[in-house]
Amino acid sequence: MASDGVWLSVEGQRPAHTLREARKTLEGAQGEVVLDFSSVQRIDSGALQALGDLADTASGNGIHLVLSNVSIDIYKVLKLMGLTSRFSFRL
Amino acid sequence: MTEKNANLSEDRIAYLEGLVRQARAAAAVFTQYTQGDVDRIVKAMVTVGMEQAQHLARLAFEETKIGVLEDKAIKNMVATEFVYNYIKDKPTVGTIREYPERGVAEVAEPIGVIFSLTPITNPTATVLFKCIVAIKTRNAAVFSPHPRAWRCCQEAVKIMYETALKHGAPEGVFTCIEAPTLADNVYLMHHKDVSLIDATGGRGAVKAAYSSGKPALGVGPGNTPVYLEKTADVGMAVVDIITSKTFDNGTICASEQTVVIDDEIYDLVLKKFADLGAHICNEQETALLGRTVIDPETGFMRPMAVGQKASDIARFIGLPVEPNTKLLIAPIRGVGPEHPLSVEKLFPVLSVYRAKSVDEALKVCVDVNHAGGIGHTAVVFSRNDEIIRKFSHLINAGRIIVNSPGSIGAIGGVYNDMVPTVSFGCGTGGGNSTMDNVSVYNYLNIKRVARRTQAPMWFRVPNQIYFNMYAVESLRQFPSRSTIIVTNPVLEQIGHVDIVRRHLPLQTPVHVTVIPEAEPEVKTVMQGLEALNFYEADQIIALGGGSVIDAAKIMKLKYESPQADLEELGAPFLDIRKRVAQYPTEKTKRAPLIAISTTSGTGSEVTPFAVLFDKERGRKVTLADYSLSPDVAIVDPQFVMSMPKALTADTGIDCLTHALEAGVSVYASAYTDAHAMQAIRLVFKYLPIAYEHPDDEEARTMMHNAACIAGLAFSNASVGVCHALAHAFGARFGIAHGRANALMLPHVIAYNASVPAKFMPSPHQRSYNAHKKYATVADLLGLGGQTVEEKVKSLLVATERLLDRLEIPRSIAGLGISKEAFERAVPDLSMMAFDDPSWRPTNPRMPLLSELSDLLWSAYQGRSQAKAVEAA
Repeated sequence: MASDGVWLSVEGQRPAHTLREARKTLEGAQGEVVLDFSSVQRIDSGALQALGDLADTASGNGIHLVLSNVSIDIYKVLKLMGLTSRFSFRL
Repeated sequence: MTEKNANLSEDRIAYLEGLVRQARAAAAVFTQYTQGDVDRIVKAMVTVGMEQAQHLARLAFEETKIGVLEDKAIKNMVATEFVYNYIKDKPTVGTIREYPERGVAEVAEPIGVIFSLTPITNPTATVLFKCIVAIKTRNAAVFSPHPRAWRCCQEAVKIMYETALKHGAPEGVFTCIEAPTLADNVYLMHHKDVSLIDATGGRGAVKAAYSSGKPALGVGPGNTPVYLEKTADVGMAVVDIITSKTFDNGTICASEQTVVIDDEIYDLVLKKFADLGAHICNEQETALLGRTVIDPETGFMRPMAVGQKASDIARFIGLPVEPNTKLLIAPIRGVGPEHPLSVEKLFPVLSVYRAKSVDEALKVCVDVNHAGGIGHTAVVFSRNDEIIRKFSHLINAGRIIVNSPGSIGAIGGVYNDMVPTVSFGCGTGGGNSTMDNVSVYNYLNIKRVARRTQAPMWFRVPNQIYFNMYAVESLRQFPSRSTIIVTNPVLEQIGHVDIVRRHLPLQTPVHVTVIPEAEPEVKTVMQGLEALNFYEADQIIALGGGSVIDAAKIMKLKYESPQADLEELGAPFLDIRKRVAQYPTEKTKRAPLIAISTTSGTGSEVTPFAVLFDKERGRKVTLADYSLSPDVAIVDPQFVMSMPKALTADTGIDCLTHALEAGVSVYASAYTDAHAMQAIRLVFKYLPIAYEHPDDEEARTMMHNAACIAGLAFSNASVGVCHALAHAFGARFGIAHGRANALMLPHVIAYNASVPAKFMPSPHQRSYNAHKKYATVADLLGLGGQTVEEKVKSLLVATERLLDRLEIPRSIAGLGISKEAFERAVPDLSMMAFDDPSWRPTNPRMPLLSELSDLLWSAYQGRSQAKAVEAA
């Protein structure tokens, strides 16, 4: 599905799963895709891997990937992994 | 590219990169964990570690062929249970310690990825320990075991990892290199994502870790000296040494290596060793051992002997011993290459040395310590505390074990209350970054959160001040056996000294010391001191202006404490509470000082300051300490009624300067402000009257009180740049202190009221506020103005008008000082003013040398600051 302004909610209990699923959405999307982290309190290695893959896909498809409502603890994890430069963040 | 990959295949590099990548992600994920999370995981790991202790010991024993199975199991248990007992209640997440009284908190920050090398001698125990500590501190670890112990270590890592994962640890938190090589280690030691190297092992591993340029905890070899002193409990010592040296066949690097035994007990000790299963080698056997278990090329122990039984070593080298021999004891006659057995031996061979004296014994222990054991461990057996103290001061070892076994003692938590560990920091002597028994706090970055604190302030003044006309009558209440009046010739001549005499209790023996009118010099003070000593004074009355009272303060100081070194006490300082010089508290005599002021300006009758003129260097030295404050102040205006007009003006402006500088000082408080503001109000109201109508008793009284009240303010808030500059150019050009202040004052007000080029650090205040304080003064005086700037200008106008009314010259040039002479002096004067303690750290602006120079030139030219502000 090709559209502008896709918004996806990341599941708090299994963020890695949602993020992997989101990759399929990205493949047909254009413009901006917003991933809402408001339900996510903690992420694991799987979620980190999925985020890295999403960033690769977005970059290849010219998609602007926005992470919204990311908690500061998760933001620090992304910072430690060197991933923050690959996304935009929205409060 | 920081990685060193010269000897690695691409596949191997990809493998190693994968390990680090997993660990990095795990470490990042781990930062989200709470204390409860990690404590739950640690507890589970410890439980499993205890369950698996024997299994892992067996794997280690079978793979390495080193040590004793049972002892390895105990080591695994110590590395889990004992360590857990120490760390279980230690906070390691978030705020870990707080010091509310200091406003400081310590906050834990995980390190990240730790590259962890483990040794062949204690393989699984080290892995268990490091896994537990890493989880407790939210770090990830990549393990690189010794190549001859990697399978057992891999199993230990696997057990710990699976347990941790099961209880919620991040994926990839532990990994272990399969079949590790030196090239792997070099690659990972230089990897950008490795944050810390924890290298437990031999010299090579530790050196490689430190050479990598990464932060490293390196734990290396030791060479434990033992001093068995003649007062020791010999029976206990021998058992302890055997227990320790045979534990895991001597593989713990803290185990005893050379026992230095006092001559008096040497034979007894050796007999007890022999009785308990040790073989005492003769000279030939010792030489044989030295040639075989120590490599003559390297001077280090041969690997084939490490962790082997004493009887096996003996059999291997052809030494006939009993089959159950526990220990081979080799007497040596020195330390060094010619005595090969004086080095580290991680097997049950123990050197012994017969010492003829304590000094010889300690010397040999130092030699052993320096033969490869610096920073590690040392042992002393003695009942003599002085021997133990001397040993601990001499020997450079992170663990000095007293009356207990070296290896088990160093581990901590068994024979003593040291931190339980299997990782011994050896300090800089051992090339290590720590000397600790390594534990959780070595695995954390500890952040200090320092809140702004406000040091307690003070308001200290003499406890007796008598004021108003005829206050001198209060002298009657001060009986004395020998009173010295310190005064100047003029005051004696005009009868002031007689007034004082009349008011002393009847029959008080009184002697008068007359000092010159000029500012006191060291010579003057010493002459007065001679009089105090000659008459054995028990009371000093200073009758005069600031110079006389200052001189009397210093005389009292030297009289009561002859050891006081004026040069040292006058040394520069930044903060009076932290200065190097300490004023003497021991007094050989007591002579209270009663200060009667005869001018209305210095406030010296209540201040803790005394200014001494250093004639040789052409500068003033300020002494400052509350012990200098007079005990009693008498502020009686009858002594100032005849003050000349010029002196009235100069001292009055000195008083105003004190109050204004105290008012804007960064040490100003509600207490000092109350006094400063009142003094300012009194000066503006009464100084012109006292100047123009010298007989006006009310004006004289109020000015006399104002001087004392300003003294109370600046005794506690200090003064500022105006005084520093006045001291400098006053001393150089012989200008009276009050007049020098008058010449600087408007320029300094304008300077302090403008936004500083450099702010003065002032924890006592919320912000720079000098301009507002001047505005408050303007309000107090009813000078008008709407804005702060207008009010500052009003104050400048009022100050300049006051100076004009007092007929005080408004420029330094006006005093007849040539521009050339002043120009030559300015660089020195700026530096002298900068060195003057008057402004530090109280002036509201931190003065730059160039600013001090500008202020001096501004005063030289004498241009109106009020007009300058208006023009600006």
